[in-house]
Amino acid sequence: MVEGMIGKKIGMTQTFDENGNVIPVTVIKAGPCRIVQIKTREKDGYDAVQLGLEDEKERKLTKPAAGHLKKAEMPSSALLREFRRSENDELVEGAQILVDIFAPGDKVDIVGTSKGKGFAGVIKRWGFKGGKKTHGSMFHRAPGSIGQSAYPSHVFKGRKMPGQMGDKRATAKKLQVIQADKEKNLLVVKGSVPGGKNGFVLVKKVNFKVDAEKPASAQEE
Amino acid sequence: MNLVEMVEKDNIKSDIPDFQIGDTIKVHVVIREGEKERIQIFRGDVIARKGSSVEETFTVRKISFGIGVERIFPLHSKMIRTIEVIRHGKVRRAKLYYLRNLRGKAARLKEKKKKN
Repeated sequence: MVEGMIGKKIGMTQTFDENGNVIPVTVIKAGPCRIVQIKTREKDGYDAVQLGLEDEKERKLTKPAAGHLKKAEMPSSALLREFRRSENDELVEGAQILVDIFAPGDKVDIVGTSKGKGFAGVIKRWGFKGGKKTHGSMFHRAPGSIGQSAYPSHVFKGRKMPGQMGDKRATAKKLQVIQADKEKNLLVVKGSVPGGKNGFVLVKKVNFKVDAEKPASAQEE
Repeated sequence: MNLVEMVEKDNIKSDIPDFQIGDTIKVHVVIREGEKERIQIFRGDVIARKGSSVEETFTVRKISFGIGVERIFPLHSKMIRTIEVIRHGKVRRAKLYYLRNLRGKAARLKEKKKKN
């Protein structure tokens, strides 16, 4: 049992539930992924699998990368990422991981890279109120005081300031799976997902149990 | 066909009658009260159609006991059983929001003459 897989955000649309309510959904092309490497406690110190995302496009690889992928019989991969796995598992290198590891109703966390907003001020980045625009106000969008002179006479760490906003790893937690289609490598989740279209995302099971004895894996089957 | 269209395909209705802005229609809406289901009819003028594909909605305006009532329906909603077109109105706008400021005789729409 593998914790999750790699996918690509395709876009958003909407669908209806059984009561006719509109649900906003994100469409993800999840996988097909291949197990490129299995990491074991004896050899690597922890249990994990390295997955590669199969891609239509042939990518130019460096020789070390090509050699690494050769074992999994993969011509090229868009992205390699590690996922946790349950301990006593019969996984083989080169095996395919498809979207059927998720079922409708499951909760998933989705990790992506958020859209970059550039160098943003405090109003946009941290939601500061700002000052009045008119009536003689000389304080508009500036951050204001960042500390006092006598005490504490320094700026505290973590002070909210202007800077780069977005283009950063972000996780959307506990999204509900609406649809998972193995043939089309299609995953539909409720709500929005970080990043723009065609951005890579990691889809992970919520509360994934590494221990195989626990009933979490039985529920998945 | 991309994956988004593939997801939308299952929800798109094919039996929607051709109705335009300004038409008077009857919308048969399913009302669920606990276990029971019944049909309620909402009759009025179509004053707007918005969006595309599965996200398309339309707005129906009627005067109910002297008070203007508008309802926005998702066009492909399962809660809409049928849509009946009663008459085609003659209008020159895509959105008839100006009707909100009119009442009585002024808020009527002329009927479109059929071309033969």
